[in-house]
Order: sequence, then structure tokens, then C-alpha cells
Amino acid sequence: MTPELIVEIASRFALAVLVLATLLTVWRVVVGPTLPDRVVALDMLVGIVIGFIAVIALRSGYTLYIDIAIALGLVGFLATIAFARFILARAAARDTLSDGSPAPAAPKPATGNEPSAKARGRKAARGSANTVGTRQVITGKRGK
Amino acid sequence: MSETLQIVFALFVAAMMVAGSLFSLVASIGLVRFPDLYTRMHSASKAGTVGSGLLLLAVGIHSGDLATFGRACAGIVFFILTAPVAAHLLARAAHKAGYPLSDVSVRDDMSK
Repeated sequence: MTPELIVEIASRFALAVLVLATLLTVWRVVVGPTLPDRVVALDMLVGIVIGFIAVIALRSGYTLYIDIAIALGLVGFLATIAFARFILARAAARDTLSDGSPAPAAPKPATGNEPSAKARGRKAARGSANTVGTRQVITGKRGK
Repeated sequence: MSETLQIVFALFVAAMMVAGSLFSLVASIGLVRFPDLYTRMHSASKAGTVGSGLLLLAVGIHSGDLATFGRACAGIVFFILTAPVAAHLLARAAHKAGYPLSDVSVRDDMSK
């Protein structure tokens, strides 16, 4: 057992396990069932890819890959924050819709996995100035 | 370095790589198996960070170079700092948007 052989076997094992983890996480991204679930899975996917980059850096000897891993972590962090803002903004748009005019196609969450209407009362003071624009967006999204 | 020391060193790096990849696997299994968004987040942001952190640490140690080790440590510190912030923001946004907890949850302190 030379040291190179030990590291080689361990890195191959790590790559195989990381492939399995990637497949499981991609399954969660595909299945959902809600948008935040997919965002969490994408965040996790960034972490797994950072692990991949680390193993590849160790196998190939190009330690410059570590900088790429750090940059990827930064991008993943910012993407998760942007998605969190988007989830908040989407909920706010839905609430102004349901508080404004009695829209005929007002979306009512039917399944248990969709967000409930319990947060609607808090956003009542936001007004409904841009209700028309958001209504088109919302009905387009709900028509799946 | 003597031969024995090199083998111990390689075993150390190998153990760290295996542990890091297994942490990532456990995190993704939790992501698939847990019942709702908040518990899935708990799995992904803790075990996932430890997994990629251990793999980066393995590269930093294996290179035997202080600059590489320092960059790997900087990356680990960065991930440990940002993962809780991202998970907190996402959980807060999802809770405000009204995504429900699973039925097995016994307590929701933010529901007031």
C-alpha cells in the first residue's frame, strides 16, 4: 500500500458517493413539491459540487480549483438569498391580489403543499395599486 | 518524511475525504426523506456544509502547501458563515409566505 494508492482509492470512493448524493438531490429538485423545497435542494447541490471540485483538485493536483470552489459558494449563497426574496415577493403579490378586488380567477390553494392563506391578513395595508399586473402573473403561474 | 509517516498522512487525508463524501450523502438522504421544507433545510445546511468543508480541508492538507491550506480554510470559514444565513433567510421567507409545517411538527413559535 503506497500513499498514492490509498489516496487514489479514497478519492474514487468519494466521487462515487458524491454522484449518489447528486442524484438524490436532483430527485428532490425535480419532485419538489414546492418552490422552497427546490431552492433548498439547489443550495445543497452547490455544496455537493463544491465537494466534487475539491476531490478533482486533489486528484489532478491543480489547487487553483479551490478558488473556483470559493467563487461557486459565493454565487450559491447569493442565489439562495435572491430566491428567498423572490418567495417573499411572490407571497406579497398574492396577498395584495386577494385583498384587493374580488378577482374571478383568485387562486385558492387547494393542496396541502401550497402556501396557505394565513399570512394574508398581515399584508392588508399594502394596498392594491398594481393588482392588475400581478393578477396576470399569478394566474399565469397557477395555470399549471 | 519516512515511509510510515507518509502512509499515516495519506490515511488521514483518505479518511477525511470518505467522511466528507458520506456527510454529503447523509445530507442528501435527509433532503429526500424528511417530511417538510423546514426539516429538509435542517439536513441540507448542516450536514452539507460539513461535507464540503471536510473535502476542502482534505485538499488543503494533501497539498502540503501553506497557501493552499490557507485558501481551503478561508473557503470553509466562508461556507460556515454563509450557510446558516441563507438557510435562515429562506426559512423565514417560506414561513412568512405561509408554507405549512408537516403534521408531525409539535410547535411553531412564529405562528403568532
